[in-house]
Amino acid sequence: MTELRITDLTVEAGKSFLVREASLDLIPGELVVLLGPNGAGKTSLLRGALGLIAPTRGESSLDGSIIANLSPMQRARQIAYLPQIRPLAWPNRVRDVVALGRFSHGGTLGKLGDHDAEAVDRAIAACDLKHLQDRGTHTLSGGELARVHCARAFATEAPLLIADEPTAALDPRHQFRILDLIKAYVEDGGGALLVLHDIGLAARYASRLVWMKQGRIVADGPVATTLTAERLADVYGVAAQVEGTRIIMDGAL
Amino acid sequence: MIERLLSPVLLLACLVTLLLTCLLGSTPLPMERVVSALFGGGDAADRLVVWSIRLPRGLAAFLVGATLGISGAALQGLLRNPLAEPGVLGVSASASLVAVFSLYYGLVAFSPWVLPVAAIIGALVATALLTLAAIRTQSVVTLILIGVGLSSFAGALMSLMMNLAPNPFSLTEMINWMLGSVANRSFSEIGFVAPFMILGVAILLLTRRGLSALTLGEEAANGIGLNLRNQRIFTVLGAGLATGASVALAGAIGFVGIVAPHIIRPFVGHDPARSLFPSALLAGLILMVADIFVRILPSQTELKLGVVAALIGAPAFVWIAMQRRTGHD
Repeated sequence: MTELRITDLTVEAGKSFLVREASLDLIPGELVVLLGPNGAGKTSLLRGALGLIAPTRGESSLDGSIIANLSPMQRARQIAYLPQIRPLAWPNRVRDVVALGRFSHGGTLGKLGDHDAEAVDRAIAACDLKHLQDRGTHTLSGGELARVHCARAFATEAPLLIADEPTAALDPRHQFRILDLIKAYVEDGGGALLVLHDIGLAARYASRLVWMKQGRIVADGPVATTLTAERLADVYGVAAQVEGTRIIMDGAL
Repeated sequence: MIERLLSPVLLLACLVTLLLTCLLGSTPLPMERVVSALFGGGDAADRLVVWSIRLPRGLAAFLVGATLGISGAALQGLLRNPLAEPGVLGVSASASLVAVFSLYYGLVAFSPWVLPVAAIIGALVATALLTLAAIRTQSVVTLILIGVGLSSFAGALMSLMMNLAPNPFSLTEMINWMLGSVANRSFSEIGFVAPFMILGVAILLLTRRGLSALTLGEEAANGIGLNLRNQRIFTVLGAGLATGASVALAGAIGFVGIVAPHIIRPFVGHDPARSLFPSALLAGLILMVADIFVRILPSQTELKLGVVAALIGAPAFVWIAMQRRTGHD
């Protein structure tokens, strides 16, 4: 079983702390959602954990090996990563973009091996993109594009997935669709760590919530125990009522 | 289907055009005389025209076009920008500046390798500067402006040298370098730049897969397993070697590296990696055709190839730039 373990990770930019002594575990079968206001350090935590930015202190490891010591290829085969900003430089075909998920397995666009092509087919089918696979990405809607990026991440068939705001700028129906896809991935044995801004959506799907404030993890546990009105007031500075996984926001504090 | 046929068709077109280069000229040679001269027969004058004048000239045009085409396609992939090209980014100008400097101070007298090495150093310095800038800024416009700045600065230094040129002969020599031409090139001159061209092209082709990954932007490209630092180093090194060598052979010829990849891209699914090889062939073809045009045009003074390339390429550059939507940046 592939296990991601983040231990006392600290990320600094100049003199300010982006992440302070954050520790977090992720194993397959879990859907962990990282919550916190803008600037809480969620993205920096993910990037530091993946070795995309160098942590000042602490480390993250994958099955006991330090991620910073892995090659990008080795890491990419174990953890699929969807960054927050997802530009596409060229108007590529949908299938080619999904096939980039096979990069770490040696897949080359235009001449995928059978094994790679099958993985791409599976990802395309899972994300309901079959009818779009020969279209140019520049002709797609925001919801369709989000599914293309998800399919790209799934095509890697990595045991873990880290996604930074995979539902940003999507309408409610598409947000549900993306999270249904990720939930299906977790039910198939994957482990996912997501950043979400919609607390209600997070509460509905997550098996665990990790709360961040000012670079620190302030709570980590099941939805039932960590989602409280007090926590929302403390972390987000909002007055809210919580009934089970339902949240009614009353306003800023 | 079209994609599979693309490279074979272009290769065939290049071979036919190379043959045409031997047929056409101020005195057209008939096919049978060219063919027998090519295979070592025919009379001595025909052999001289074909083997010492036309064939090396055509080959030089092809090699210069091909290396600029592949460098353009690779830089476009690296910088994720269809307007990136050795000429526009000031790489060619920097290469010809250092080359002219070595000519001006007579350094070329030491060894025939000095000229290509000087041009390559100029090209590598410029590509390295641009990549450093590309790491700092995401803006395509900024990068093009830095290229324009580099180009202008190299041009200014070149003007300074022309200003101080001791005699009309060195002035003419410098002008030839700035305008770009493949006239009177010999196989031995090609031989001194060919190893660098082959090395540069080989590096670009071997590392092209990473250019596909960069389609997703640098962070996601790293996320799917690309070693960004190595990719930058190899693409810059490959493009610098190839462009520098082409400048050492023909001087600065602009815009070929923009036009060819732009035409190729739709045929290869807009994948930068797959555009490299066909772009090289097409750019080589374009430059051979342009050079034939230059030779058969009944003008008093022969037009310079670089001038013709810019006359066709610069409007194409403007057109491609105008097609871009602001949303792209």
